[in-house]
Amino acid sequence: MSRAPGSFQRGVQSDGATAEDGTGLVREKRARPYQRSMAGWWRRDPFFARYMLREATALAVMAYVVLLIAGLDHLAQGAAAWQQWLGFLRSGWSLVLHGVLLLAMLFHAYSWFEIMPKTLPNLYVGQHRVPAGAIQAGGWAAVALVSMLVWVGFRWSVS
Amino acid sequence: MSPRRSHVPPFWLLFGAGGLLSALLGVALVLVTGFAVPLGWGLAAPDGLSHAQLVLALQPLWVRLAAWAVISLFAWHAAHRIFYSLHDVGIPKSLWARLACYGSALAATAVAGRILWSLGA
Repeated sequence: MSRAPGSFQRGVQSDGATAEDGTGLVREKRARPYQRSMAGWWRRDPFFARYMLREATALAVMAYVVLLIAGLDHLAQGAAAWQQWLGFLRSGWSLVLHGVLLLAMLFHAYSWFEIMPKTLPNLYVGQHRVPAGAIQAGGWAAVALVSMLVWVGFRWSVS
Repeated sequence: MSPRRSHVPPFWLLFGAGGLLSALLGVALVLVTGFAVPLGWGLAAPDGLSHAQLVLALQPLWVRLAAWAVISLFAWHAAHRIFYSLHDVGIPKSLWARLACYGSALAATAVAGRILWSLGA
């Protein structure tokens, strides 16, 4: 029977006729229990699928880092190289890629603030615990504010 | 004897800082660098952001330091998350996986820092 490498292994008895478990007792041989394959485990439950999608946003963030560095590299090589980079950015491939990155960044923000109430220490206002929904709404408010600041900063810095 | 210290917290802090920063900035940055810059959204010129304009905008040291911090923290966040997700796709943790993930983040930090430094007048 094949098992995916690194997959979870339940408490399985050895194949020997008897097994000495260190307590001096000898256990009887038990049949090897059925083990379900771990292949495609994350497709079994929507919760697992969302978890994998959340983790996969890291691939988008890393791809975006590579794009930013490639852009800076072209910028440092001079005006001609920068024009070449702009040409790539205007291509259909790039626009689709950035569309996917945009969706991934949105999902990353959504999942980051969804978990935030569990990763923060308990917050209190007076005697009352700040509800999870308020923390999540605060996260989105911060995204809106920071996005406006980025846009204003971009307009201001290139004007 | 003092207990052995874990090497995880500094990496986790970089993961957390980069995760928060990319949650806050990611959407806006992709819109700016992927669409506004090449298509001229919000710019006087419809043919995209010019070389001279961008180099000028990157002259203040704090702007380049901010860009360096953003790129580096994004990279450390992604590297840490990818490393811990390898197990989920059946790749066991190994020294090689560790070197590949965190090494990529270190390389991104070094390369971005070198280029941004060179863009200063």
